[in-house]
Amino acid sequence: MLAKRIIPCLDVRDGRVVKGTNFEGLRDMADPVDMARFYNTSGADELVFYDITASAEGRNLFTEILRQVAAEIFIPLTVGGGIRTLEDFDRVLKCGADKVSVNSGAIADPSIIGAAARKYGDQCVVLSMDVKRVDGQFRLFARGGRDDTGIDAMEWAVRGVHAGAGEIVLNSIDTDGVRQGFDLPMLDALAARVGVPIIASGGAGAMEDFAQLFTHPGIDAGLAASIFHTRQVDIRDLKQYLRDRGVEMRL
Amino acid sequence: MIAIVDYGVGNLFSLSSSLKALGLSAEVTSSVDRLRAAERIILPGVGAFGDAKAKLDATGLVPILREEAARKPLLGICLGMQLLFERSFEYGEHAGLGLVDGQVSDLRSDLADKDLKVPHMGWNSLKINRDDPLFRYVSDGEYVYYVHSFYAKNCAESTLGVSQYGNVAVTGVVRSGNVYGTQFHPEKSGDAGLRLLRAFAEL
Repeated sequence: MLAKRIIPCLDVRDGRVVKGTNFEGLRDMADPVDMARFYNTSGADELVFYDITASAEGRNLFTEILRQVAAEIFIPLTVGGGIRTLEDFDRVLKCGADKVSVNSGAIADPSIIGAAARKYGDQCVVLSMDVKRVDGQFRLFARGGRDDTGIDAMEWAVRGVHAGAGEIVLNSIDTDGVRQGFDLPMLDALAARVGVPIIASGGAGAMEDFAQLFTHPGIDAGLAASIFHTRQVDIRDLKQYLRDRGVEMRL
Repeated sequence: MIAIVDYGVGNLFSLSSSLKALGLSAEVTSSVDRLRAAERIILPGVGAFGDAKAKLDATGLVPILREEAARKPLLGICLGMQLLFERSFEYGEHAGLGLVDGQVSDLRSDLADKDLKVPHMGWNSLKINRDDPLFRYVSDGEYVYYVHSFYAKNCAESTLGVSQYGNVAVTGVVRSGNVYGTQFHPEKSGDAGLRLLRAFAEL
């Protein structure tokens, strides 16, 4: 059977990984290429690179980093951040990305999902969404969780999958950074609506949170950043722990 | 030299990087001379069968691939493996290269549990049915990375390994003479995938 996936996410700004990077034992702790190399050999099932750079200069630096990472990393690589057009898809795919994640770019122009799926295949298009409860509704937010779009997030996901998104990353703004576990009610609501793989994001604080997550059969993967970057949780230990609890894991 | 067939389909960057990481000489090419000169050939591929087959036909390389496959090891990866079969039923019916007996069919229609997700995407363990030099460095049960919605069937004769997905034993590795195919992506299957590619280079 398919194994559940554990995915570290690297937020890169101006060529450096930001957010919780207290790597011990690595020479340059915030170097994205070093970190990718480390994860490639320490049991990560996939890597997500998120470009949070604003400047064009930073963007060029990011593509150069991507190229270096892709040349050495032999697990699937997803790239997101600032993806708005087919040219953006093309740019990161040529640098060696396997999948491309769209978020605010798809909200600004939903047709990008279908256009990219037709050109590169559904498996290449990851719809990433930042969601928060507002007035009892799961509301879709844009621009890194700053803007309430007024759109029902579950409707948005259904539309995205219909258009050709092959996978969804659901980041709960409500649980993000709180480290008290993933947003299981929100994830369940999504799993009930779509039939594509779901990657849970936001809220992982300990190994138990992943064990809890994977008791929900509709969830395929758990994504986290700081708990892995700080080495608070070691991925291999986490996967052994999960396998001991009956979760299918690649070890 | 390992020639990676370039026919305008898919991203060949990771495949050539993984061969280079193994210290192997690899060349992405659509040149007849280079395919003839190569010691081994890899046929990659992503996307839909009909479209990919049309592009491959348009290169005029099909007769060359057929001839060279009789002389040296050839490895089809993912859609590249599916192209080796007699036919595919992905959006209509399309003829393949016919180098391996069997057909390519819709995975979803054979899955009893309709809640199982298609594409079959992620890491699945490879059960080795028949020993082969290709598995020199790979053990039974290792995980490999799949992304596909169609799969090869009616090919028991050539099947070397499978991965179980619900009730379906997904054809993972096939061999017919010099012709090999993997439905999964060895270039994305971490260390296990690299070891399989190394064994291919040593065949």
